[in-house]
Amino acid sequence: MKSTSIARIVRGAASLALAAALPALAQDVNLARNLAATCANCHGTNGQAKGDMKPLAGLSADKIVAMVADYKSGAQPATIMHQISKGYTDEQIRLVAAYFAAQPAARK
Amino acid sequence: MRANSMNSTRRRLLGAGTALGGLATLGLAGCASTGGPSIGRVVVVGGGFGGTTAARYLKMWGGNVDVTLVERGASFVSCPISNLVIGGYRQMADITRGYDGLKSMGIKVVQGEVTTIDVAGRKVRLAGGSELPYDRLIVSPGIDFMWDQVGGLQSAVDAGRVVHAWKAGPQTVAFRQQLESMADGGVVAISIPKSPYRCPPGPYERACMVASYLKTAKPKSKLLVLDANPEVQSKKALFEKAFKDHYSGILEYRPNAEIKEVSGKVAKLEFEDVRADVLNVIPPQRAGDIARTAGLVNINSRWVGVNWLTMESTVAPGVHVLGDATFPAPQMPKSGHMANQHAKVAAAAIIQLLKGQPVNATPVVMNTCYSFVTARDVVHVASVHQYDATDKTFKTVPGSGGVSAAANQIEGRYALSWAQNIWDDMLEAV
Repeated sequence: MKSTSIARIVRGAASLALAAALPALAQDVNLARNLAATCANCHGTNGQAKGDMKPLAGLSADKIVAMVADYKSGAQPATIMHQISKGYTDEQIRLVAAYFAAQPAARK
Repeated sequence: MRANSMNSTRRRLLGAGTALGGLATLGLAGCASTGGPSIGRVVVVGGGFGGTTAARYLKMWGGNVDVTLVERGASFVSCPISNLVIGGYRQMADITRGYDGLKSMGIKVVQGEVTTIDVAGRKVRLAGGSELPYDRLIVSPGIDFMWDQVGGLQSAVDAGRVVHAWKAGPQTVAFRQQLESMADGGVVAISIPKSPYRCPPGPYERACMVASYLKTAKPKSKLLVLDANPEVQSKKALFEKAFKDHYSGILEYRPNAEIKEVSGKVAKLEFEDVRADVLNVIPPQRAGDIARTAGLVNINSRWVGVNWLTMESTVAPGVHVLGDATFPAPQMPKSGHMANQHAKVAAAAIIQLLKGQPVNATPVVMNTCYSFVTARDVVHVASVHQYDATDKTFKTVPGSGGVSAAANQIEGRYALSWAQNIWDDMLEAV
């Protein structure tokens, strides 16, 4: 098999996997990164927060998704996250969660 | 596999390694990039919340982008938290950070002032005559003052009789020193301009910090808050409660009290003169000077219109404008936090544009402003803004955002952590 066709298959498989996971947003591979960057002002660059802010880097994606769902529903009381979480779609939260899960755990 | 074919493969790999090593060395020598040829030159004008964040994220996300940051000051001084310095609860060192982190990332930091932007020729000229060519330019100039709106104000500030303290730095120090020098029983006045101005809750936080200082150190003194607006412009109920609960008898809030002229230490309003021992006039504002001289100001003779997908000026191709200088999307505040968010939209878009690839069609920005109402109690306002492709602007998401239920000390800690994290997000080496 020629290497160009292998590369094409690999690329195809990658975009298929991405498309399956993120139907409406698959066109922009940087979308998760860009969305997660909106959290960095408080939660640190790439989720590596300092001080009293919660570090998000290295948490499991499922945990982040569940936390945000609880903020949205009100199950988890908050000072501010109940208001901010409602500004993002569930699909955006899944992207953000996957991005932070893939980051090295926070420095201290 | 035969031995000689293995050897030739190994030789080819070694050869490739040497070539790559050479390329990386060239890259480092040329632009301190992370390898490979540069994808483009970006010049950033202004080292505040917007400019530093843009420079840093261009490097983080773009890698081999040549980034040059031009800033007048030797270091960054934060407006957020500066009201705590005025109140005596923090020092200037706490709100001052250097640009060394950015330098160590390979960003060229030039201390200087851009005097001319040549949009057609894609270069900027600095005071002193040197030129910097660019493929994309970011202008994050903050605000400058409309001195002519208040008679006598500029000369009074120049002479040190009146302080504005609406750009953090020597003015912050001067305001604090005047408060410390004032005798107990003196009168302090803070004049607030009509909206829009930089940091909507900022003047009311400042009023709380000054009143808090007077209450503790000079309890016979008074603070007059002269607001040109008909009411408190941000977190209204929370600030009004703080004024009443903590500062009654010290702080007097007057709506519709627009200053027209300054004479000595007298603030002349429409129907009365207010004499103050310490007079802080926050002047009316517009986009920073360089935006005006470069012809970028195209809305209400004050602000810069931008394409929200890229932050590119609507009148100057290749010039991206961030932060307070922009004409905002609906309910988008002029804040350091928002400038930081603008910067990330711009950085992502510029990298795509330099690579000839499509920009993010669905950007999101959000804002959080924490305000101290006492030395420890804080209130917030937050908003999330999603791009609306139909109207080509950012819109707040219905049901999202809001303000604190009540002032509280937990958010007092969060406010300080917010500052630590956003300053790192702008300035810390990666």
